[in-house]
Amino acid sequence: MSAPLIEVKRLHRYFGSPARPVRAVDDVSFAIQPGETLGLVGESGSGKSTIGRTLLRLIEATSGQVLYRGEDLGTASAQRMRTLRSKLQMIFQDPYASLNPKMRVRDILGEALEVHGLAKGRQARAARIAELLELVGLPPEHANRYPHEFSGGQRQRIGVARALAVEPEFIVADEPLSALDVSIQAQVVNLLCDLRDRLNLPLLFISHDLDVVEYLSDRVVVLYLGRVMEVGPTAALFAQPLHPYTQALLAASPKPDPEIKTTFVALQGDIPSPVNPPSGCVFRTRCPYALEACAGARPELRDMGQGRFKACIRDDESRMTNTK
Amino acid sequence: MHLSASKPAPMRLDVRHLSTFFDTDEGLVRSVADVSFSIHAGKTTALVGESGSGKSVTSLTLMHLLSRTASIQVSGQALFTSRAGETMDLLALPESAMRRIRGNEIAMIFQEPMTSLNPVFTVGEQIAESVRLHLGLDRQAALQHARRMLELVEIPAAAQRLHEYPHQLSGGMRQRVMIALAMACNPTLLIADEPTTALDVTIQAQILELMRRLQLETGMSILFITHNLGVVAHHADEVAVMYAGRIVEAAPVHDLFAKPLHPYTQGLLACLPAQQRRREQAGLQDKSRRRLYAIRGQVSSPLAPPPGCAFEPRCDQATSVCRNAMPELQTDPEHAQRQVRCVLFPGTPAAATAGAHA
Repeated sequence: MSAPLIEVKRLHRYFGSPARPVRAVDDVSFAIQPGETLGLVGESGSGKSTIGRTLLRLIEATSGQVLYRGEDLGTASAQRMRTLRSKLQMIFQDPYASLNPKMRVRDILGEALEVHGLAKGRQARAARIAELLELVGLPPEHANRYPHEFSGGQRQRIGVARALAVEPEFIVADEPLSALDVSIQAQVVNLLCDLRDRLNLPLLFISHDLDVVEYLSDRVVVLYLGRVMEVGPTAALFAQPLHPYTQALLAASPKPDPEIKTTFVALQGDIPSPVNPPSGCVFRTRCPYALEACAGARPELRDMGQGRFKACIRDDESRMTNTK
Repeated sequence: MHLSASKPAPMRLDVRHLSTFFDTDEGLVRSVADVSFSIHAGKTTALVGESGSGKSVTSLTLMHLLSRTASIQVSGQALFTSRAGETMDLLALPESAMRRIRGNEIAMIFQEPMTSLNPVFTVGEQIAESVRLHLGLDRQAALQHARRMLELVEIPAAAQRLHEYPHQLSGGMRQRVMIALAMACNPTLLIADEPTTALDVTIQAQILELMRRLQLETGMSILFITHNLGVVAHHADEVAVMYAGRIVEAAPVHDLFAKPLHPYTQGLLACLPAQQRRREQAGLQDKSRRRLYAIRGQVSSPLAPPPGCAFEPRCDQATSVCRNAMPELQTDPEHAQRQVRCVLFPGTPAAATAGAHA
């Protein structure tokens, strides 16, 4: 395997007072290969957005490293970081909040070009803006419009065009579909597929929608309460989840087919507070298979073969899946 | 306003030709147009649609909860059969009668539990308020009742939670409190407007399971308003699909998912990644250049609806006939419970054939 494009090593991000920190991201490691789409899934409070933002250094890590082509972003100077930002871009969740309502589309896209000194000169810039709009499936004459003149799906296309303006090598897409209607979601999913195929862009796709993650991702990282529960290739992970949390998450997501009967027991209780997470395995308070030993040491990610990893001390998963 | 109370109706709610128009400065907005559906006693009917399809306005119209400052034109009938077996038209009821129904015979839960609970009262007081009003209990008895309600919705340590404020509860717990509040007067009809949209999947599963259990125990009917087809597939008996203020298709849940008839319903199901995967696994689609089916374009502005079928501009199967007039909602001659609003449907007087309905 080639050298990873992005490497996240023992990333921690705590918020609040150091005495009683909110452990939003607690010792997370993973890598993204060139051309790969990595899905990051988890429920609210699992730390997925914090990881996405820490990756681009929109927020600083408390400890740990993010390496881009081997270069540590955490120690890069402000000037160096500005150059690197043209390689690392983000698509945000809410297309209503992430576009400046007072700017025309050509200024929204032009600003990105301006900052990074791309497509200099009026003509070159206008041509590049038209090209970008075309790339995301909008007519070039829309460059003169303001964000409020667009629907949610179109705004998200503008958000994608802005991210692409600086010819990035890596994109973090943080819940880019969750503010959109189902029929519009499909349009944006296809747009992301197009970009991946045409530009061979690696993507960190953050979502709580398991169906879309399964559809888009090559590999998946499952998070719970700031920690990685399971990592694996998409098809294998969805076909046979190894970690009890992944199993519960997949079972709880209702399939759009009344003929598929789900025979699972709903997880009891709420997600614990990240200020005061359970000792040992953070999932043990809701885990139907928890043992006494689960309260002891924090389970490390273990290599289960074929690119699969899980943070669970139990190995009798065949029995675990059958006891349902 | 009270219609015949003689024969016991099999329907809990029978909505007929409901329309809600808003008179705005820009023109008349037809938010809900000619909507008819019914809910049987003890069953769940789902209203499915994307934003702006009119599903929430439908429920707010039924409950008389639309803003009084808006200039609203409502027409049609909503025949509701009460606990006592009396049938009445909700749309014709005066506000005083509606107050006795709301929160009592018909209860409602909303998407955002934080904004639907009052932040300055404890959850116990909020539940007690409704039972004091409708059941005439005194303060102490009402609080006792509230505690039983919290236990009913499986809130741990109910006696303590009774005295807590909404901000002290998690999202899932708040939605449980909302359900406790709705269940307090033992409603015969529960209107649930996107009740799990703001919740995580594992919590959503808990809430849906709770609603199912309460329905089995109390025999209440549920009007489930949602955009989530996965939830519809497992928690509805009947489904009505709305597009641009109109019902475009109505059917029992299994029939709808097995064979959607309207091009919009077909598109809505086809654009789901899960459905796409099934087609790929069945070998019907090449996996290498995978794309989701996408309904092109977007919903037309309610101020400038297309002349014919509202879905025509986005429909892959549209013909020139579709631009002439809005098709009627037709009943399937082979299946009395299925209805569809499309000229492509056999039996629709599309090419101006013989027996026209209406």
